[in-house]
Amino acid sequence: MAETIELTIDGKKVSVQPGTTILQAAQQVGVEIPTLCYFEHITANGLCRLCVVETAGVRGLQAACVAQASPGAVVHTRSPAVDRARRTILEMLASTVDLSETPQVQALMADYGARPERFNGAQPRRPPLIDDNPVYIRDYGKCVLCWRCVQVCADDAQYAYAIDFGGRGFQTRIATAFDKPLTETTCVFCGQCVGVCPTGALKAKREYLLEQGVSPEEVFGLTRLQGKGKRSRRGPRPEVS
Amino acid sequence: MASSMTPDLSTLEPILERYGPQGRTRLIPALLEAQKIYGHLPETVVEAIGQALRVPLAEIYGVMEFYTMLYQEPTGRTMVRVCTSPPCAQKGGRAALQAICEHLGVAPGETTADGAYTVEEVPCLGLCDHAPAALVGETPVAQVDPGDPACWIEAPQETPLGLVGGSHRWLTARCGVIEPTDVEAYQSHGGFAGLRRALLEMEPAQVVEEVTASGLVGRGGAAFPTGLKWKFTAAAQAAARYVVCNGDESEPGTFKDRVLMEGDPLAVLEGMTIAGYAIGADKGYIYIRGEYPRAQRIIAQAIEQAREAGFLGRGILGTDFNFEVEVRSGVGAYICGEETALFESIEGKRGYPRLKPPYPTTHGLFGKPTSINNVETLCAATWILAHGAQAYRQAGTEDSPGAKMFCLSGDVAHPGVYEVPFGTRLGDLIEMAGGVAGELQAVLLGGAAGAFAGRDQLDVPLSFEGLKDAGLPLGSGVVMVFNQERDLRRTLLSLAEFFAHESCGKCFPCQLGTRRQLEIVEKVAAGEVAEVELEALRDVQYTMTNASICGLGMTAGSAIGSALERWPDIFRNGR
Ligand SMILES: Cc1cc2nc3c(=O)[nH]c(=O)nc-3n(C[C@H](O)[C@H](O)[C@H](O)COP(=O)(O)O)c2cc1C
Ligand code: SF4
Ligand code: SF4
Ligand code: FES
Ligand code: FES
Repeated sequence: MAETIELTIDGKKVSVQPGTTILQAAQQVGVEIPTLCYFEHITANGLCRLCVVETAGVRGLQAACVAQASPGAVVHTRSPAVDRARRTILEMLASTVDLSETPQVQALMADYGARPERFNGAQPRRPPLIDDNPVYIRDYGKCVLCWRCVQVCADDAQYAYAIDFGGRGFQTRIATAFDKPLTETTCVFCGQCVGVCPTGALKAKREYLLEQGVSPEEVFGLTRLQGKGKRSRRGPRPEVS
Repeated sequence: MASSMTPDLSTLEPILERYGPQGRTRLIPALLEAQKIYGHLPETVVEAIGQALRVPLAEIYGVMEFYTMLYQEPTGRTMVRVCTSPPCAQKGGRAALQAICEHLGVAPGETTADGAYTVEEVPCLGLCDHAPAALVGETPVAQVDPGDPACWIEAPQETPLGLVGGSHRWLTARCGVIEPTDVEAYQSHGGFAGLRRALLEMEPAQVVEEVTASGLVGRGGAAFPTGLKWKFTAAAQAAARYVVCNGDESEPGTFKDRVLMEGDPLAVLEGMTIAGYAIGADKGYIYIRGEYPRAQRIIAQAIEQAREAGFLGRGILGTDFNFEVEVRSGVGAYICGEETALFESIEGKRGYPRLKPPYPTTHGLFGKPTSINNVETLCAATWILAHGAQAYRQAGTEDSPGAKMFCLSGDVAHPGVYEVPFGTRLGDLIEMAGGVAGELQAVLLGGAAGAFAGRDQLDVPLSFEGLKDAGLPLGSGVVMVFNQERDLRRTLLSLAEFFAHESCGKCFPCQLGTRRQLEIVEKVAAGEVAEVELEALRDVQYTMTNASICGLGMTAGSAIGSALERWPDIFRNGR
């Protein structure tokens, strides 16, 4: 049994097992740290950096969801440095992405006094909504690039590898191979990606149609998966000639 | 050529047979070879590669979308890449780009109707000593003439190695002096003395000690002690270990590693072999940026020659030490100079930096302990093993021992690589290069990821401690000089464009911040920035510096931020 690690978070003493993240340690003593990309059962990649904290004597800020608790660390989860970074990330995000269906980020913005309008004339990401299959729609104008969908589609759950990334940098997007309709990919329509998406970018088609005012009867007709394009093969798709 | 035609897959067969069994790590080499055959990457070809290497199609597409040198659409038979980074822009790079586009009747990024040429505007090609520079097909071309574009695309003249100078020609002693891949000449000029001494007279741990005693620190930018890195890698428990030589050299203004790889490739290989012996690795990779086809060619030749002469392969120098080196090409991504992104690239993936810890010394390439070193670092190790740690400490300062290669570009009389002891005054180094052409305005130290020094800082000693006191970075040794004629706002815009183009997009601070920074600097360049926007810019830079995953984001605001602090008036009214 490895020795426990003692640290201080916002003045509260915590002892945890080695390998525990700062986020988990904070939860133990009831200190809440905001998160966005982090999701318990999915590989954490430390992408959004909204969970950053300040540790005395350590340069820069650490992402609490991936940084491990270290012995004797004195961690501050709210400080001018932390707030400045979180606020700026929220502002940059809100000036890029449609967050209308991400209430927890809106709440954070109010909390941190975020003013995205400071980025006057900032380029948003607003690709057209993709409605290419009967099961779910993809509205990437709402996508924050948390990577959850890609990971559940691949090694974290489904091993279907239907979606990955396109572009890079600010132009990064979630994409199928050659940007094909999902029905022409290895997608098995398990719906796991929809389940983990935190922003409403991926949405069950039924829900979407009902929101659009389509009648429940019609919705039923429009969302039956007719077998076509449904593939259950794992990995690369076979050569079709 | 047309994409509607079904490509003939039979030419691809032998490549797939060769690469298939090795799987995903061969993805980028396979894509590059396919691209050579088909001129781009048609879907059916990509599918066949995916089948053979067992890589999901969506992930291959992700790789193709990440790297700028992988093409989904047909390109011209000759790629014409014209550099417009600051040192080239100063000397007419933009005019050259415009001239070639007008001559061919295309816009940057387009292909001529006859399929002969595709013209691209690219960031620094590592030929800044030859500014304005271009890469025509696989030929590096110097001083391209905007007045006569036909000449340099139709009959491109290969540039010479470039000017190499300085008071301490240690690592550069053979550059431009011997035939680079001639093992005999190399040996008669002191080559392989270090490897002999290491293999025949020393235990691996002693080699590590020797390097530690020399005080050598990494030359790739992070200045990590090389001996310590080797020690950690050697100590890690594992069945396999790797040596990786980082020859990605994509930092604008840096070209010293090119000079070493092209001018003294056997010293690079010798350094890798010494490292392999020291840490207990029998395999090394050298990752060379895709824009350095000549360096790739010369290194590949040197590997053949060294193997033939028994300096690589099995039982080197009659010992039971085996070592092999494999060349890997970059594909147009500055981020792949970051060590963990580089590993991902060798593994056949998008160049996303990994979270650290764990560090490469325990979890590196293929998850195995890896010592990754810069080209210059490895050449210095070669020198140290040949001459001894004490000799190395004869130059430099107590805290910054040895000599360093600096890349002088921009408004100096004689741009080139200068090798001088640490502690040399910045002003003296510039004098060595013939002095400033015109009246000095600013010096960008450390490259795009560096910081600006002013006229008042010519007395700064170029040592780690001296620069630190002055609040300046050493970075990879870039000294980019700007005279009073230069519009610094144009330079700042170019730097902002570079980072926005090169951010991998993994973490939010840099993915979003490099874009927001660019937008604000665009306004600065147009002379219409509001005070609140400069405040926002400071917040963006603060956030990138402190909350990003990797060094790219951490330094993306550094040069622009240093200018904002030093010359706020430039941001408001251009002066
Ligand atoms: C964005 C980025 C680009 C980098 N590019 C290079 C490069 O081109 N060459 C290099 O040697 N190191 C580069 N580095 C530094 C490497 O990550 C690493 O520190 C270095 O290769 C280690 O070798 P050294 O200890 O010999 O310096 C880069 C780092 C970052 C963050
Ligand atoms: S679509 Fe949803 S789950 Fe996928 S990356 Fe975007 S926000 Fe995350
Ligand atoms: S700092 Fe930039 S380059 Fe580095 S991981 Fe983050 S987005 Fe990618
Ligand atoms: S929640 Fe930690 S980085 Fe996103
Ligand atoms: S080659 Fe043009 S700036 Fe380096």
